Amino acid sequence: MQIYLPIAEVSVNAFLLLGLGGLVGILSGMFGVGGGFLITPLLFFVGIPPAVAVATSANQIVASSVSAVLAHFRRRTVDLKMGSILLTGGLIGSLLGVFIFNYLKSIGQVDLLVRLCYVVFLGIVGALMFVEGINAARRAKRAATQGRPTVKRRDHSGLIHKFPFKMRFRTSGLYISVIPPVLVGLFVGVLSAVMGVGGGFIMVPAMIYLLGMPTKVVIGTSLFQIIFVTAFTTMAHAVTNQTVDVVLAILLLVGGVIGAQLGTQIGLRLKAEQLRILLATLVLLVCGKLALELLLQPGELYSLTSVAR
Amino acid sequence: MMMRWLLIFLLLPCLVQAEEVVLGLSRDRVAITTSFDGSDILIFGAVKREAPIAEVPLGVVITVAGPSAPVLVRRKSREFGIWVNTDAVEVDLAPSFYVVASTGPIREVLSNVEDLRHKISIDRAIRSVGAPDTIRDSRNFTNALIRIRRNDDLYQESEGKVVLAEQTLFRTSVKLPANLVEGDYTIRTFLTREGRVVSKHETTIDVRKVGLERWLYTLAQEQAMLYGLMSLAIAALAGWLASAAFAMLRR
Repeated sequence: MQIYLPIAEVSVNAFLLLGLGGLVGILSGMFGVGGGFLITPLLFFVGIPPAVAVATSANQIVASSVSAVLAHFRRRTVDLKMGSILLTGGLIGSLLGVFIFNYLKSIGQVDLLVRLCYVVFLGIVGALMFVEGINAARRAKRAATQGRPTVKRRDHSGLIHKFPFKMRFRTSGLYISVIPPVLVGLFVGVLSAVMGVGGGFIMVPAMIYLLGMPTKVVIGTSLFQIIFVTAFTTMAHAVTNQTVDVVLAILLLVGGVIGAQLGTQIGLRLKAEQLRILLATLVLLVCGKLALELLLQPGELYSLTSVAR
Repeated sequence: MMMRWLLIFLLLPCLVQAEEVVLGLSRDRVAITTSFDGSDILIFGAVKREAPIAEVPLGVVITVAGPSAPVLVRRKSREFGIWVNTDAVEVDLAPSFYVVASTGPIREVLSNVEDLRHKISIDRAIRSVGAPDTIRDSRNFTNALIRIRRNDDLYQESEGKVVLAEQTLFRTSVKLPANLVEGDYTIRTFLTREGRVVSKHETTIDVRKVGLERWLYTLAQEQAMLYGLMSLAIAALAGWLASAAFAMLRR
């Protein structure tokens, strides 16, 4: 069934869009990532103009994140206190990011920079997570065969515990300073505004490795703050560029919200290490594809951009 | 004296316009609805003439052009091992959609001079004035624009697709693709003899979004804030509904 999108001004298959939304929704529920780094390239591939794809995927991420975060709320796996602190940093960061983005645009080559950002960050995050996940899986196996329970030791000597303004995060079982979470939120906010994504794929590992939060809480908390960051992005695009296509968004999010529910169920059945390895593989795949696009000669060297109408 | 006047009177129609186009369209407007998936337009017409048919065979060229806009054409090249957009040329005006249909090979029906004057073939319909000094091959950029749009069926050349019967009746059909830009589409009809344009006719067809499409588009343009909030509300509601539905299912 073909459907004509009013803002994108193209006609696409409705079931294809429902499927895409569903796929990304499953991933979003499983890993706590918004899926922006997946859906945006997929939409390019279907033939949606890039500006519309970026803006509309932000809108659809709001929907799938709301759906997934509610599922996590019921399981009490959202650290609201930590989420709010991350969000404070995140919103300041995304304002800063928009400023940086516009500056880069004025000196040209912003496309390339965004792409390089993707390759570098997806590459680093993916590789780190993959190695760590494999090690953790191996440790768990060894512990199981030797019959010795794995004692989870928390390191209290790290830099992270030297900051003042300590606060207790009951849901995460942490007693740390508020400065590291604010900085993490700020950094992710900047990146997400520049790269046009929710930033879950950076936020999730940052929470696990930098803040030492338990994996189960990380996903819900990450989703919680993604909702607000992407809502902010959607409004910014709708007001400044008029590139949010609500028909496209509805098709994607109908698939997305259902997918997110299924994804949350799947995620809860998998072990933390398995989740990490799977997410790492996915991140590395996308990174590899983007890197190849930069390295291989494209089939069509020329591209068309419409000059402000 | 009387004879001279009569002669002028008889010759006058030949000099001004001996043949005239009478044109019909299968539809005079195209409505873009939610289920719009391209559309075919049948263009048909007749040649109205007072004098007997001339010896030289008649040629018919029909063009359909969408609204024109400037387009920025970028080219990638390899820098430090990666492919980067380096050069860019702005094409001043290019139609978003363009079809040239003719009764035969375009160069046989239409001379180069007439093509230049009336801007009929795709090459001529695109206006590209100047490229930056750093780019020597601006022609390649215009060609790339034509190639890309041709691959998308946005530019079509249908040589021999206009059927002409008895030197008088002609018809052709034009396929409008699904990725259409709204606006006024101009349909021009040229009658030619020996490559020279002897008569021309111009009309427009209205391509517009209607109903829901129209409403959403207008809202997005004029009430951007409201539109953004509406999109967010829909997103949040859909998320909540799905979550609630699944919670019910599990119980």
